[in-house]
Amino acid sequence: MIMKEFEVFGNKDTRSGFGEGLAEIARSNNKVVGLCADLTGSLKMNAFKDENPERFFQVGIAEANMIGIAAGMAVGGMIPYTGTFANFSTGRVYDQIRQSVAYSNKNVKICASHAGLTLGEDGATHQILEDIGMMRMLPNMTVVVPADFNQTKQATMAISELDGPVYLRFGRPVMPIFTSSDQEFVIGKADVLQEGTDVTIIACGHMVWKSIEAAKILFESGISVELINMHTIKPLDEQAIIDSVSKTKCVVTAEEHMMNGGLGDAVAQVLSKNLPCPHEYVAVNDSFGESGKPMDLMAKYGIDSPDIVDAVNKAMSRKSI
Amino acid sequence: MENLELSNVASQVRRDIVRMVAGVSSGHPGGSLGCADFLTLLYFDLMNHNSDKFSMEGKNEDVFYLSNGHISPVWYSVLARAGYFPVKELETFRKISSRLQGHPSTDKKLPGIRMASGSLGQGLSVGIGTAEVKKLNNDKSIVYTLHGDGELQEGQIWEAAMYAAGNKVDNIIATIDYNGRQIDGDVDDVLSLGDLKLKWQAFGWEVLTMNGHDFKEMKETLAQAKGMLGKQKPVVILMVTEMGMGVDYMMGSHKWHGVAPNSEQLDNALNQLKETLGDY
Repeated sequence: MIMKEFEVFGNKDTRSGFGEGLAEIARSNNKVVGLCADLTGSLKMNAFKDENPERFFQVGIAEANMIGIAAGMAVGGMIPYTGTFANFSTGRVYDQIRQSVAYSNKNVKICASHAGLTLGEDGATHQILEDIGMMRMLPNMTVVVPADFNQTKQATMAISELDGPVYLRFGRPVMPIFTSSDQEFVIGKADVLQEGTDVTIIACGHMVWKSIEAAKILFESGISVELINMHTIKPLDEQAIIDSVSKTKCVVTAEEHMMNGGLGDAVAQVLSKNLPCPHEYVAVNDSFGESGKPMDLMAKYGIDSPDIVDAVNKAMSRKSI
Repeated sequence: MENLELSNVASQVRRDIVRMVAGVSSGHPGGSLGCADFLTLLYFDLMNHNSDKFSMEGKNEDVFYLSNGHISPVWYSVLARAGYFPVKELETFRKISSRLQGHPSTDKKLPGIRMASGSLGQGLSVGIGTAEVKKLNNDKSIVYTLHGDGELQEGQIWEAAMYAAGNKVDNIIATIDYNGRQIDGDVDDVLSLGDLKLKWQAFGWEVLTMNGHDFKEMKETLAQAKGMLGKQKPVVILMVTEMGMGVDYMMGSHKWHGVAPNSEQLDNALNQLKETLGDY
């Protein structure tokens, strides 16, 4: 049993991956337009804006209008990328997305930064933990939650090729980069980062790195972890889940999201229909967040690597019952 | 098109409206009847559009968005009568598996419709988005939107109004169906809009008013509106209409906003509306 060495290529925030990806895709695709609701710097959209002033639309603090304008631009044949915080990208504009983007099936890319607890000090008003659930409930919507800077950049470019609504979720904290810069992003195709036989950990976003940390600890105590980066929540790579769990017979899901409605529930649906087995959730348990440093918040709200280790032990112990 | 011909089309459209809503005992006849003349004018006279080969993108065509989607019957009738889809299909309105959903939608691919509407307040933003693309593409055609006056209580309308003026979106003509009524009663009683003309002016728009049942006046006002385009300001028309126009017992009240006539009431309505193009 060997734990793969994960090469770390540096440390960056995923939002910067979005900013670089947007600027890069716009150089080769003149249909790409960017809209922002007064958070250009936070979303790292300045490079796009500077290179394409005529294709950048500052809408001010008016997110509902931004979603509507984006939908109207998609009618006209453009590929609009909207940028604001995840909270204002989803909960604030759910009905606008529902009617003008999802139901009308418009080619709008809703790009959401500062998702989850790791937004940090701004606190619970801005720390949305329900967005994956809201977005994956919408018909026609693709939901992508890349794991690190490189993958966010690749995903930002890849979603331009998909003709339809996409929710792209990323965040604020600086985290290790462990996917390679040339790794192609395939929407809906899970990445098996580590093969193993005792337990399957399925994670998305920042929790993929936390799961790598947990897997290292688990390997040292003799537990063979299969680790899946489930960067696309919808459509979910059901086959990857079934293939892995057929072997390991138990699962831990890890997400920076509410326990209700997110990755864990999506995986649970697949398991209950195909392969019922012990499944433990690492997620926020029906609670709002609070102000604090990102990593302190992850620890306090039970979504840190030790929580993944605990969840694995629990899931494995349930296998033998 | 001559005004008399437009009147004839509008009369048939009104027959279609009352027959459609009566056929399923649901729908919104009041505002539909009130906007029958305007939509007839748009599709039969004013807009440059292609009903033979519907294009979602609407490149080099004028594009219309119905923001107050509940008056779908008038839009469906006008689209069918203009040739977007078979007139016979009007009989499927609000029935299961129909392309003519209760509120307009794109998922069943009804030609002529580019955006779902019904949840109010969204169409002005959408229209502005398409108008911005037309500017990017140097496409000189125009975006038209229609809104209810009650719909102006939605905050998103004013976000959009602020954006359009601030960004000089001067290729859009928004029209407000200013009938003074909404489902719970008179707009003034539900939530007054105050001085609507001053509000739009304060938001930086050119404001025109017209009688939405006088083709001559509408043609003149819309010609004036088009003349104002390209001058760095968006244009809004406050169109005074009568909810339920053409059917006497539906006029003068908000009560027929979202109520369908029964068969007796339908006969009464049809007796007041001339069949000019043949019922579906």
